[in-house]
Amino acid sequence: MSSHILRQRLRSGLIALAGVLAVAGSPPVSASGAEAGFQQYANNDVANVASLQRGARNFVNYCQGCHSAKYVRYNQLARDLGMTEEQVIGNLMFSAARPTETMDIAMRPADAERWFGIAPPDLSLLARSKGPDYIYNFLRSFYVDPARPTGVNNIMLPNTAMPHVLWELQGMQAGKFEEEKHDGVTHLVFREFTEVSPGKLKPEAYDEFVRDTVNFLDYIAEPMKLKRQSLGILVIGFLLVFGVFAYLLKQEIWKDVR
Amino acid sequence: MSAGPTGAASTGGGGRGARFIDWIDERFPLTAMMKEHVTEYYAAKSLNIWYVFGVLALVVLIIQLVTGIFLTMNYKPSAEDAFASVEYIMREVEWGWLIRYMHSTGASMFFVVVYLHMFRGLMYGSYKAPRELLWVVGMLIYLALMAEAFMGYLLPWGQMSYWGAQVIVSLFGAIPVIGGGLMEWIRGDYFISDITLNRFFAFHVVAVPLALILLVVVHILALHTTGSLNPDGIEIKEKKGPTGIPLDGIAFHPFHTSKDLVVIIVFAIIFASVMFFAPEMGGYFLEHANFEPANLLKTPEHIAPVWYFTPFYAILRAVPSKGWGAFLMLAAIVFLFLLPWLDRCKVKSIRYRGWQFKVALGALAISFVALGALGLQPDTPLVITGARVFTIIYFAVFLLMPLYTARERTKPVPERVVYHGHE
Amino acid sequence: MSEEASVSRRHFLAVATGVTGVVGLALTAAPFIASFKPSTRARALGAPVTVDISKLEEGAMVRVLWRGQPVWVLHRSKTMLDALLDSPIGLKDPESNESIQPPYAKNDGRALRPDYLVVIGNCTHLGCAPLERFEVAASDMGPDWPGGFFCPCHGSKFDLAARVMDGSPAPTNLTIPAYRFVGDELVIVGEDSGAAA
Repeated sequence: MSSHILRQRLRSGLIALAGVLAVAGSPPVSASGAEAGFQQYANNDVANVASLQRGARNFVNYCQGCHSAKYVRYNQLARDLGMTEEQVIGNLMFSAARPTETMDIAMRPADAERWFGIAPPDLSLLARSKGPDYIYNFLRSFYVDPARPTGVNNIMLPNTAMPHVLWELQGMQAGKFEEEKHDGVTHLVFREFTEVSPGKLKPEAYDEFVRDTVNFLDYIAEPMKLKRQSLGILVIGFLLVFGVFAYLLKQEIWKDVR
Repeated sequence: MSAGPTGAASTGGGGRGARFIDWIDERFPLTAMMKEHVTEYYAAKSLNIWYVFGVLALVVLIIQLVTGIFLTMNYKPSAEDAFASVEYIMREVEWGWLIRYMHSTGASMFFVVVYLHMFRGLMYGSYKAPRELLWVVGMLIYLALMAEAFMGYLLPWGQMSYWGAQVIVSLFGAIPVIGGGLMEWIRGDYFISDITLNRFFAFHVVAVPLALILLVVVHILALHTTGSLNPDGIEIKEKKGPTGIPLDGIAFHPFHTSKDLVVIIVFAIIFASVMFFAPEMGGYFLEHANFEPANLLKTPEHIAPVWYFTPFYAILRAVPSKGWGAFLMLAAIVFLFLLPWLDRCKVKSIRYRGWQFKVALGALAISFVALGALGLQPDTPLVITGARVFTIIYFAVFLLMPLYTARERTKPVPERVVYHGHE
Repeated sequence: MSEEASVSRRHFLAVATGVTGVVGLALTAAPFIASFKPSTRARALGAPVTVDISKLEEGAMVRVLWRGQPVWVLHRSKTMLDALLDSPIGLKDPESNESIQPPYAKNDGRALRPDYLVVIGNCTHLGCAPLERFEVAASDMGPDWPGGFFCPCHGSKFDLAARVMDGSPAPTNLTIPAYRFVGDELVIVGEDSGAAA
């Protein structure tokens, strides 16, 4: 078995161990699309550098027009995504002058609030507050709604102020709703999406596009994630050796206790 | 008499160290203290796994103090900068993420070990005479720890920080007449603001840690005065050998220290597993919504305190009146203080007590854990009903204690501790 | 097991546990000590600084901040350069052997190009910022003054190549940072053609 696979197994084993230690009971609820009746997993992998590079490109092209990632520095991307500073300057830097700067945007929050009604949030930590799965579903759940000023609505975040930035890629879809009665009150319940107009990307390709973008957001939310996991293996390995010595010493000393 | 360096140099190698110790002992009771608290402090050889959580609490206290000092060097206690400075620590300070995760994991682990330590005390009667003061000081440590955790939780200035503080501070508003004024006085403003954050920071990093350290010292001194109890609830000092050493006692060092070291390493492995592989612990140790900066206009959809406060939070929610809810929450803690005087039974350890106490302790533990789990759930009628049932059980255990403990049919307590020998 | 073997086993285990424990403590301390190093932000703010010298007249000097230190860029005239070769006051370290500078600035003019002096304006005595006294025999500096810098704190004197003069408390010449030219118009302070400082 290669050391890489071994390390991954060990890692997932330890994660499972930590999970068992968790307090029983259902986890604290975070806002999620579960209420909306559907949930797909992003299945992204922050160790996949090629996906992160594509995600970074998607982010600067489609998100960074309005959203900053103000805690992330460009040269940090260069380091973590296996790119040279020149590649970062050429492919990712549109607004910043120097690779040591953070991924800020020129739009001022006050202006943004006037234009959109709400300032687009900084995305540095979105994957930690909402979770990658939420973002993955959100970006796939825009549907035509003429009642909204943007012309679209979203199942995951009803009445979102965000326009469907990716409509050229995904195309437009309509939401099919059905009426359902609960306790004498009629609710509109989402059933499925139907295509209105096709986009440049096939549905599978669009899902990949979104997955890469989500992967990038997941990475910037905790850039040290892979480092902490690999360090954790070393620390626990050291402690196990230390523990063996300490245990044998304790057994030796306790021989005197009768 | 003085033994200067020249005098010491004229004597041989081994004597030099001994003379240095003599020099200190003439000026400070170093050897006497080492004997009293370490090498000639005798605790029962039959201490089981339940007796390790005190030492572990001390280990976590040290972790929190050291990591806390290093976090303070880069954290900025202002509403404007606090959130960003935490991210600065996580991303830009070399190894800052390690120090911060150690501190955030340590906060939860502190309560894990303290709750287990308290449960040990309940099981084996560690609160009974002559250890009432030891127990009361321990409860004061628990209170200080809750204050420390609560104020520390405001510092990252995330959504949960902000709204959690909002809810807890509002509890003081339940106090009749002075409530409103008291809330303003605590906040120093009309809302949880930069001013509140700044003073909570002062309490969190200076005032409460000082109180905690002092209380821990008093706790240990009180323990070493009465001596450590054991799973049989027998006072080992009453059976001394010809040398004056308790027959069932063994020296803290090297016996208990060598055992504690093994336990500390096992604990460190558990600690590291959380810290390196699940620092958020699925949202229990670091809550998801706290990765959003405080927003004064929008409460998070689902707000619950951090897990270690939820038993009391569930009691608060179970009562439909704000005043009485806050009162019962306080009473839940006050009853723990009164335990030494509520329990009338002479037998200490659960091993030799009657079924009444065993049932009561089981009910107490179950209701505490159940309240904790319910406190994490959204506020539905079922959750509230459940919380009411367990709140009643929780208080019944204390209120009825003088009755059922007085008529317990206990088993005979042996003369000497039960110890099955090594291996 | 014999008594003796038991004692040596115990001794071995005590040493093994002790050594592992000390190593563990040292490894734990390492990240805490390392956290004192300049952070990513500090290094970002300490990035190289670009100075536009296209409008800098002969005999004029600009000051810029680089890593919180004043950096002087002096455009030396022919007369200034001539004065360097023949100074009436002796120098403590004329060859710059004791002073700090990149190898390409270890020469008489202490510069990459003789016409520009780029130097960190903190006195090597106790860190004050010396003042400019470029005029030969300036009235407050006495008739022998060849032109240079004068530190107001403790009276250290430097010539126009930032070399310390005899009779100054400063031990060495002023420090030259890494720098490079981009054409004739820009100086980048903090990095040279090798790598960033």
